Amino acid sequence: MERLEFRFIGGRALEPAAARLVGVVGSGNLEVLVESAALNGACTVEVNTAAEGFGAIWNAVVTDFFARHPLGDVRISINDNGATPAIVSLRLDQAAEEFAAAVSVRDKQP
Amino acid sequence: MTARPAVARAWDEQAQGRAQRLVRVAGRLGKRLSGKVVAAADIVPLLESVIEPGDRVCLEGNNQKQADFLAKALTRVDPKLVHDLHMVQSVLALPEHLDVFDSGIATRLDFSFSGPQAARLAKLVSDGRIAIGAIHTYLELFGRYFVDLTPRVSLVAAQAADAEGNLYTGPNTEDTPVIAEATAFKGGIVIAQVNEIVAKVPRVDIPGDWVTYVVQSPRPHFIEPLFTRDPAQISEIQVLMAMMAIKGIYAEYGVQRLNHGIGFDTAAIELLLPTYAASLGLKGRICKHWALNPHPALIPAIEAGFVESVHSFGSELGMEDYIAARSDVFFNGPDGSLRSNRAFCQTAGHYACDMFIGSTLQIDLGGNSSTATLGRISGFGGAPNMGSDARGRRHASAAWLKAGAEAAGATREGRGMPRGRKLVVQLVETFREHMQPAFVERLDAWTLAESAGMALPPVMIYGDDVTHILTEEGIANLLLCRTEEEREQAIRGVAGYTQVGLARDHRLVENLRDRGVIRRAEDMGVDKRMATRDLLAARSIKDLVRASGGLYKPPQQFRNW
Repeated sequence: MERLEFRFIGGRALEPAAARLVGVVGSGNLEVLVESAALNGACTVEVNTAAEGFGAIWNAVVTDFFARHPLGDVRISINDNGATPAIVSLRLDQAAEEFAAAVSVRDKQP
Repeated sequence: MTARPAVARAWDEQAQGRAQRLVRVAGRLGKRLSGKVVAAADIVPLLESVIEPGDRVCLEGNNQKQADFLAKALTRVDPKLVHDLHMVQSVLALPEHLDVFDSGIATRLDFSFSGPQAARLAKLVSDGRIAIGAIHTYLELFGRYFVDLTPRVSLVAAQAADAEGNLYTGPNTEDTPVIAEATAFKGGIVIAQVNEIVAKVPRVDIPGDWVTYVVQSPRPHFIEPLFTRDPAQISEIQVLMAMMAIKGIYAEYGVQRLNHGIGFDTAAIELLLPTYAASLGLKGRICKHWALNPHPALIPAIEAGFVESVHSFGSELGMEDYIAARSDVFFNGPDGSLRSNRAFCQTAGHYACDMFIGSTLQIDLGGNSSTATLGRISGFGGAPNMGSDARGRRHASAAWLKAGAEAAGATREGRGMPRGRKLVVQLVETFREHMQPAFVERLDAWTLAESAGMALPPVMIYGDDVTHILTEEGIANLLLCRTEEEREQAIRGVAGYTQVGLARDHRLVENLRDRGVIRRAEDMGVDKRMATRDLLAARSIKDLVRASGGLYKPPQQFRNW
């Protein structure tokens, strides 16, 4: 197992919302948990992966993800079982879009 | 006075040779020969009497149907009587296809595809046991059957024969007509293994006077269900890529006539037609006419009314009853069953389709696409003909003209003669299993060519024929690239986190994105949240059976219930 941590600042802080979990930790797959956290506006990504030695690719994948979804006060936790960068990016996008949708739905309520 | 040649020569040596061989057979088999019908026990003496050393022999090894009994028999002939044969065959599928080279019965080979035997073939070549003439596409090899690779003896497979040698192939007609025609009309001998000998065949696929001998095989010939893909194994990335293909290419060009390569990527597209494509209002606007084997994954689209016609290279095990019940869609004979024909379907795919879309293993910075890997000589099959612009094509269609106009705008040929272009789409995830990158600086094909002494690297589809590369990162439209540098960056721009992708020039890639040369899912309005297996019209083989109303009968290996 390898544990990696990333931290991004400058994102848009979202109002707290219910946590979102997408994916499963099957072979070649991963689960992504997105939850609100008081992080002074930062977004953190913690990766626990079964495949060691891919730190540079993880860095590129989550940096690009933050460029697409600049979230703030959000903690993202990943349990990875050898997923390809393609599936990691898709899961992150799906989780972020569901999380953001939950926030905006709640904001629209009176 | 008419001039006379100084030395008289015979002008019918082939016919005489053929007659001598038939006399030899009659002598060897005696009363055991009954007209054209030979007993299974006499197959080796028959082959030893008919075949002469150095003969060019076509053994029907197809993509699916195999003349397996005759292939086995050929390995059992006495190498003192039969040796140094030149084998010509479209597919090397069975171990027996290579066993004849181990024993010296055969020494030369011209072929198209060797998927299952690719590693052993590479070994035999490096050991000097096989001299490969060339690796061809199917159409190319069939063409040479009528020019300089005409078989002297052909060993083919059919479902049934009558006493006069009329053959009924059933749905897997495949290569049999082209082989039999090339052989029978050039002094050759055609031997057919059949599953049964009947009083009257249900339909005549090969006329009896093209066939010299028939033999009932102790077991039905082998057929591989090569085109069945279990929807249960389709990944969400494949769903996402299929969504982008449908919205970003099929809808964009209004592709009505097409061929799909084999694999889960294209199966995902087929299974998204009745769901995603229908939700975009594309029914009747795309995917009406197909050059395609009867893919079980196409059943939901057919049932949803997307598909008007399907012509097939071969058949697919388990699809027989479904095909028979959908004669408006498939090409069926008066007996009710499918008539496939590889030569005609390859012609249809090359000239009458506006798009080829298929998967590959490696793409380089020039867009050249290859399935060659080290230590395997796997050949081409039909993909290079499906996946190349048909420069002899003269009829227009909207999709073909739009692609041609995009290409002309890029090269400024626009001022000259207007042309159309076939859409050739390569679908590939940036990483294959075990994190093998699909994008590379240099194709393995180069090293393979060097190690096997090939004249050229075995490239499946040349970069100048590829119009679009589709990965999970988006679509690169190579028609719109104006320079070599743009083309390279367009490829890097969809190459994900491979070394090729990471080395992209971010500013140039963003510029290409602004111009629509590169399009991401969000640029096309593809919602990634929808990219789940729920979008598939069938999620299992059982779902396909259900969609067919119980007409599809999957082979045992695909049943898990």
